[in-house]
Amino acid sequence: MKKSSTINNSYTYGFHKPEKSSFKTPLGINEKIVKAISAYKNELLWMREFRLKALKIFRKKNMPSFGPDLSKLNFDKLCFYNSPSSGKFRKWSDVPKDILDTYNKIGVPEAEKKFLAGVEAQYDSEVVYSNLKNHWEKLGVIFTDMDTAVKKYPELVKEYLGTLVPLDDNKFSALNSAVWSGGSFIYVPKGVNVPIPLQAYFRINAKAVGQFERTIIIAEEGSFVHYIEGCSAPIYTNDSLHAAVVEVFVKKGARVRYTSIQNWSGSVYNLVTKRMQIEENGVGEWVDGNLGSKVNMKYPALILKGKGARGELLSLAYAGKNQYQDTGGKAIHLAPNTTSTLISKSVSRNGGRASYRGLVKIAKGARGSKSHVRCDALLLDDKSRSDTYPVNDVQEQDVTLGHEASVSKVGEQQLFYLMSRGLNEIQATSLIVNGFIEPIVKELPLEYAVELNRLINLSMEGAVG
Amino acid sequence: MKKTLIIENLHVRTVEGKEILKGVSLIFKQNETHAIMGPNGGGKSTLAQVIMGHPGFIITKGKILVDGKNITKLSPDKRAKLGIFLGFQYPVEVPGVNFANFLRLAVNENKTKDEKFSPIAFRNLIKEKAEKLVFSEDVTKRFLNEGFSGGEKKKAEILQMSLLKPSFAILDEPDSGLDVDALKYISKTIANLDFPVGLIVITHYQRILHYLRPDFVHVLINGKIIKSGDANLAKIIEKNGYEKIFNN
Repeated sequence: MKKSSTINNSYTYGFHKPEKSSFKTPLGINEKIVKAISAYKNELLWMREFRLKALKIFRKKNMPSFGPDLSKLNFDKLCFYNSPSSGKFRKWSDVPKDILDTYNKIGVPEAEKKFLAGVEAQYDSEVVYSNLKNHWEKLGVIFTDMDTAVKKYPELVKEYLGTLVPLDDNKFSALNSAVWSGGSFIYVPKGVNVPIPLQAYFRINAKAVGQFERTIIIAEEGSFVHYIEGCSAPIYTNDSLHAAVVEVFVKKGARVRYTSIQNWSGSVYNLVTKRMQIEENGVGEWVDGNLGSKVNMKYPALILKGKGARGELLSLAYAGKNQYQDTGGKAIHLAPNTTSTLISKSVSRNGGRASYRGLVKIAKGARGSKSHVRCDALLLDDKSRSDTYPVNDVQEQDVTLGHEASVSKVGEQQLFYLMSRGLNEIQATSLIVNGFIEPIVKELPLEYAVELNRLINLSMEGAVG
Repeated sequence: MKKTLIIENLHVRTVEGKEILKGVSLIFKQNETHAIMGPNGGGKSTLAQVIMGHPGFIITKGKILVDGKNITKLSPDKRAKLGIFLGFQYPVEVPGVNFANFLRLAVNENKTKDEKFSPIAFRNLIKEKAEKLVFSEDVTKRFLNEGFSGGEKKKAEILQMSLLKPSFAILDEPDSGLDVDALKYISKTIANLDFPVGLIVITHYQRILHYLRPDFVHVLINGKIIKSGDANLAKIIEKNGYEKIFNN
């Protein structure tokens, strides 16, 4: 009986390049370090004040009172800013060789040519490459890194920054606000439809470095945009921290889909705050794939602000050995006739733990609103664990609220059935798992769907004797 | 030489300790058709599942041989590779697993690299076979047994068999719950298989045997084969019931 898992071996993105920094802060976080980051970035006073105010809140705030144990996360041993290169480039040929190699290995430049409207690549703290195809630029679409946006479009940034995720929302959103660097800024003008996705690729390369990107998406009336982010990191024994803040604004009749495939290595704490505000008849969608990281806390929120707004969350979590995926989502209904659908699927194996944590709130006045929550968990062995923590807060009478939850083990009957057709136990288990997550995988862009299936299949090998 | 499947003095109990088979011996040859009949709870389905290697049963005595090879301890997939097939009485649903992809994977398992079916070739093959079984929807686009009606599930089992081409197929009540037309399509497909197969059909009814013309009929009651005979035995059972046979 082989009992060892090959999940670590199957992590294809575990390689790392030598660290070359053009600017790196000492370990730990304090006022001096925050000021140094701001100064290095040549920021104006308003942004420096924003950071310093956030730092004060970060210090006062307690760690989350729920979910995974974060006590091993040591802020004194982390580097909060590491700039890998002194430039941002619009051509891959200008990107420093080590960094370019990394993105070539991950396949980013190739994907850009084939099926993306624009790409941004962040390496540790800074965006090293960003490019939007001309056609979209001419239509007034903005797709750039957040630092550039602060300088080029300060009024636009000021109007939205921190309005959905206020500084004092939680400890990690405050931390992000104090030391943020990089991230995407997307603006889609009224009526503009960007039918092919914009993609950002986040990579942590250096050891024990925190990545704190900040992303804002603004989709004006009747526009459409699909944004995809992918994340990976080398395997280190020292922990890294990724604490992003994402704010998405979906205006009247607009639609935004935000697809995220988090495949951090097993040494990364992923503690992310994501929110989307949807106005009248707008549509907001989160497609949230969580495969990697050591500890993951992520609950993308849909704030249904205008009447008839619709929101959807598809969340997938895979918890393998030494992984704790605490994921889920929130739907806040603030206006009449709003609808939300939260669908979550988790797979736990080899001692992994996956939790669904969800909130549905229907405020007074949100008459005729509907919410449907469904969470399914699949356990592959007795060592693994799954929990659900759903909360409903309904303050209006005329609403529809549905909640379904299931926890299942890979059934003996299903295994026997598939094996009776000549498939071995690994093949049969992989089929069952892939079938289980199919409703979410089918929503992913093809190359991610293929990658996801490959990952799941690899991580099954050697799992059963 | 014709292939053989031999059940030798098989004693089986459940994990909970309930004794179900109490010394069953049977010899099946390829190209023969056997029917196993008997009242509910007599051990017919258990026999079928044990031949396929269901892990929920414990063999306390006896063995199962394929061409002289003892398969009693093999896992179900290894038995399948030796040519055993089980058509389930109640096929489980496997959500999200595409019927055609699953079946192609299974069929290709036993093929060399050059012989393996491409997705398109296999889809065409399934469609051709499925036509004879008259499915109401395109089965290649559906998930494995999910949302299938009772009749569709039975048809899908026969469809799988016709593509997996086993040496021995145990069909556990392939006729239960079928309307007259579905029974006809299934029976005709089984009777006209394009490969040599030993059939072991578990049934309560004479009507499917009318199409399949068994060479042997066995009656399994209380974990034992109490009578074996030719096709006439099935007719006698239909007329007189099991009690009379059991009491003789």
